[in-house]
Amino acid sequence: MAAPADARLRLETARLTALFGPRAVLTDVSIPFPAHTVTAIIGPSGCGKSTLLRCLNRMHELSLGGWVTGRVLLDGADIYDAGVDPVRLRRRIGMVFQRPTPFPTMSIHENVAAGLRVNGPRTPVEVEQAVERALRQAALWDEVRDRLRGSALALSGGQQQRLCIARALAPEPEVLLLDEPTSSLDPAGTQRIEELCHELKRRYTIVIVNNLQQAARVSDYTAFFYNGELIEVGHTEDLFTKPVQERTEAYITGRFG
Amino acid sequence: MTGLVAALSFAAVLALVLILGHLVAKGASSLDWSFFTKNPVPAGETGGGVANAIVGTGIIVGLAALIGLPIGVGTGLYLAEYGSGRLGWLVRFVADVLNGTPSIVVGIFAWTWLVKPMGHFSAVAGSVALAVLIIPMIARTTEEMVRLVPHSLREAALALGYPRWRTSLRIVARTALAGIVTGCLVGIARIAGETAPLLFTALGNLNFSTNVLQPMQTLSLQIYVYATGPFDEWHRLAWAAALVLLALVLLLALSTRRAMRPRHGSAR
Repeated sequence: MAAPADARLRLETARLTALFGPRAVLTDVSIPFPAHTVTAIIGPSGCGKSTLLRCLNRMHELSLGGWVTGRVLLDGADIYDAGVDPVRLRRRIGMVFQRPTPFPTMSIHENVAAGLRVNGPRTPVEVEQAVERALRQAALWDEVRDRLRGSALALSGGQQQRLCIARALAPEPEVLLLDEPTSSLDPAGTQRIEELCHELKRRYTIVIVNNLQQAARVSDYTAFFYNGELIEVGHTEDLFTKPVQERTEAYITGRFG
Repeated sequence: MTGLVAALSFAAVLALVLILGHLVAKGASSLDWSFFTKNPVPAGETGGGVANAIVGTGIIVGLAALIGLPIGVGTGLYLAEYGSGRLGWLVRFVADVLNGTPSIVVGIFAWTWLVKPMGHFSAVAGSVALAVLIIPMIARTTEEMVRLVPHSLREAALALGYPRWRTSLRIVARTALAGIVTGCLVGIARIAGETAPLLFTALGNLNFSTNVLQPMQTLSLQIYVYATGPFDEWHRLAWAAALVLLALVLLLALSTRRAMRPRHGSAR
């Protein structure tokens, strides 16, 4: 259960509880996210996986009645401190959603640059460079370099999702949150994004909500949630081969969920 | 059942075709160059045109749009994005009541608050009356259009570190833009044909005038005067003016279709 001693912690929750009004959907979660690793969040639907992700960039509080107790530490500083501006915070923590969400009125280029524009003034050259860098990191550059001014909606679902990843990467966040990024994609698109995770963790700290099989393929650490509680977290290999908790074993062997 | 609805829709189209056909039959023959370029001539003389009314319609409706569109669109954005509270409910209620208010009542309102204090009729008073009519229409359509924008787009923008107001303007309003523009054009088309609220505000003017502080003619007022007048020549001109007014509205409807077309071509 303890944080691995060898890795530096980038992000960490401490006794985090997330609520909608009086109802807690996530209870007393303490979980480390070491720098430059991929941590997978797994569990049956409705167990609070997405809510956990949304607490990490303070999106949860935007939902009607959403609030939290406990702490979330980014490089040791609580992101829920009174002095922290959630809008600025979200520029340091990128997020990609279940379904691709390209901005329909914007071109491919404008989509990737969208997050740059709110991050302070940049010269056109800087924007060009950042857009190309982000698209390369998202493994989309070669496919769209000739039609950067074209509509983002003309891309396939998998390409749109990689575009959203590029858009999240362009402002150079420190942490990347992926909320079931492949759930609406075909196997080929899924594979591209999984490969991408391996690439991206060299630069970013990644937290990804996904299914069992994908967790085993892409993550260094896996956390299993059930009913809003963290049941077990550890090295992915350990958790899948010798789970400590009975419920974890039941879940990964397919006995429920 | 299919036959019934087909017959009903045929009846609806028939009404339009009859009106259009009648207007063309009665009015088209009077349409010539001088109809568009000349001003009305004294009663009893033949000839003359409605140039003053065409220009007047443009000025009064344009001014009304200038006043009404920003307020209407802004109100609609507010209602859709922040209007879940008590104030939103109140604004929505007032807009709905205003939407259902007979336009002549709005005209009386404009007369009381603008014409009377100013001491004389004016185009501005007419524009204000029309603006009051168009604001609730545009506010409600803007609200509907903005609500159609998927919540996921809003969240994507917020997650990128967009402040809320910037999300509303740059992402949400821009995505809903085609629909908002359509709502505005439909609203303008509606007020372009209004007569009642102009009767005791803009009043009408037989001479050519571009002074918005003075009485001004519009096509609708011209039709009213000519159609209720005693002369055959006037009746003839009324039909022609009605045809022109309808053509203008039709033109707006066509621009609406254009505005609805997506900018980047069809998606996928």
